Amino acid sequence: MSVMTFREALRAAIDEEMARDDSVLLLGEEVGQYNGAYKVSQGLLEKYGPERVIDTPISEEGFTGIGIGAAMAGLRPIVEWMTVNFSLQAMDQIFSNASKMRYMSGGQFSVPIVFRGPNGPAEFLGSQHSQALQSIYAHVPGLKVVAPSNPADAKGLLKASIRDDNPVVFLEAELMYSWKGEVPEGELVIPLGQADIKRPGKDVTLIGFSKPLRMVLEAAESLAAQGIDAEVVDLRSIRPLDEAAIYESVRKTNRCVVIDEAWPFASVGSHVAWLVSRSCFDDLDAAVELVSGEDVPMPYNHSLELAAQPSVEKIVDAVKRVLYA
Amino acid sequence: MAGTKAARAGAPAVSGDGAVSGARGGDAEFQVELLRTMLLIRRFEERAAQMYGLKKIGGFCHLYIGQEAVAVGAISAINLATDYVVAAYRDHGYALACGMEPRLLMAELFGKATGVSRGKGGSMHFFDAARHMYGGNGIVGAQIPVATGVAMKIRYRKEGGVVLCWFGDGAIHQGSFHESLNMAKIYNLPIVYICENNHYGMGTDFRRVSSVTDFAVMGSSYGIPGSQVNGMDVLEVHREVKAAAERARADSTPIFLEVLTYRYRGHSMSDPAKYRTPEELESYKKQDPILIQKSRMIESGIFTEADFSAMDVEFKVVCDESVRFAEESPEPELSALHQDVYA
Repeated sequence: MSVMTFREALRAAIDEEMARDDSVLLLGEEVGQYNGAYKVSQGLLEKYGPERVIDTPISEEGFTGIGIGAAMAGLRPIVEWMTVNFSLQAMDQIFSNASKMRYMSGGQFSVPIVFRGPNGPAEFLGSQHSQALQSIYAHVPGLKVVAPSNPADAKGLLKASIRDDNPVVFLEAELMYSWKGEVPEGELVIPLGQADIKRPGKDVTLIGFSKPLRMVLEAAESLAAQGIDAEVVDLRSIRPLDEAAIYESVRKTNRCVVIDEAWPFASVGSHVAWLVSRSCFDDLDAAVELVSGEDVPMPYNHSLELAAQPSVEKIVDAVKRVLYA
Repeated sequence: MAGTKAARAGAPAVSGDGAVSGARGGDAEFQVELLRTMLLIRRFEERAAQMYGLKKIGGFCHLYIGQEAVAVGAISAINLATDYVVAAYRDHGYALACGMEPRLLMAELFGKATGVSRGKGGSMHFFDAARHMYGGNGIVGAQIPVATGVAMKIRYRKEGGVVLCWFGDGAIHQGSFHESLNMAKIYNLPIVYICENNHYGMGTDFRRVSSVTDFAVMGSSYGIPGSQVNGMDVLEVHREVKAAAERARADSTPIFLEVLTYRYRGHSMSDPAKYRTPEELESYKKQDPILIQKSRMIESGIFTEADFSAMDVEFKVVCDESVRFAEESPEPELSALHQDVYA
């Protein structure tokens, strides 16, 4: 094991995959000379050169589509969006091209590409730079959506995403880049579609992914101090979704709280809550609770922006509701 | 109105100066082949329109009739072993010019399991990975970045090929066009952008919605050389695209061509095309690409009316056979619904 930051883990994944496969390229805004807007790609230009680490103009639709064409023709591009907010400029390419080429060509084409960048709110960034957009990408058949919560998962899942023959939307977060964690030495590839039990427990199932998972674990510790033993399921991959792992946990604990920092309307969180309600109906001792972001654009003021997001307190309160405590 | 376009389209209906440059230049056999492919496209699409009328084909069906010289002249100028075609949704002509089988295309139009896209693509989504025909793309302008990415792969792998990226006058105001040209230039990508100007983006005359009417300047904005080509003359298209493709390959650079052409039918099968005059349509039919090429060949003594009639009969049989094949082909199994969503 070695301790590394989330950004170093991502960099290691990209570096290792670029070293083993010359069809892997990285392109996006500031990935080269600037060494990455969030320094994920630091040193990669120097190591691999401008043919493989490609700085782009601020043309999200254009460079996202270029990545898709290169992938159809046999390369394995990693497209970095400076933030997932800006991917909205490229949405047509992702929806109409990346996700559908295989299907509408009768299986003739694969689009092995990774779209990655920070998603969700950071701090003080205001409405347009604080959106958690997983629900939008998770909505689309043909896309995979991955959202790790710690450096080890980030490395193993990114390597799997790069090797995957499908378009993968890989969600990171500004605040996570400096998070540290233990990462196993050597080759680490974590298959997509496998949830991970981050904390075993018997009284209630907490389901989360990405950045909020850390506060879910804090909430679990807080609950433990109050005698409540929570199991924490980290989805890691939103599409494909490990439904079996979710149901197994809920059937054991009989209670479920889903945590998703996105808006609540038609979200990944609301979908998972519906799946649990439908598939574990006879096992549930309480209605499933959803802790989501508030249904508002993100305000700038820090107190307001914190109030707009899930928190340890909100999670603890939701757990107490499902426990009728 | 039409006069302006005719003048811009350039060449008189029958030109003696139709020599093709390059190794195959002036070659009678080659000229016959060009005419054959144009006529095949024409007859195939006439039959498709008939089948649409009989409700054998549904949804959007955009016919290429009138524009055949563009696809045929251009695709005959490249080598699909190393070069690529990326087109928009009016794609029947490129597919046939790439050598895709008429019966498999008709089956696709019928939505049958034997179709080129297994009945899941339809008229707008003909693909043939082996022939480097990358669609068949339905969103106006969205194929332009994709084509540019294919060119990036060619350059990265030093394969020496070129991409022909097709789009219409309607697509040229999309951001995808402008973003792509800029990047193709800064990355030195071997790609020929072909704006096939058929004068109408659906029902809107391009002059009503474009700040410039000479699209070649659009390429100049990005430092990309551009020129206009008469798209009613298959030999001129062939010559110009061949030169552009050779330069794109040799210098690894993008080139822009505006090919002036005209579609006889509406935008799609449901469009009666009331936004133009019968006179305008007639003036274009007088410079029909098939008639031009046929007359030229007859004049130069390499072809006869009898040859043409024989060719016509041959394609009637091809179309009959395509329809029969499509009719007799099975519907996709319901299990196909969930196939090929993921690799």
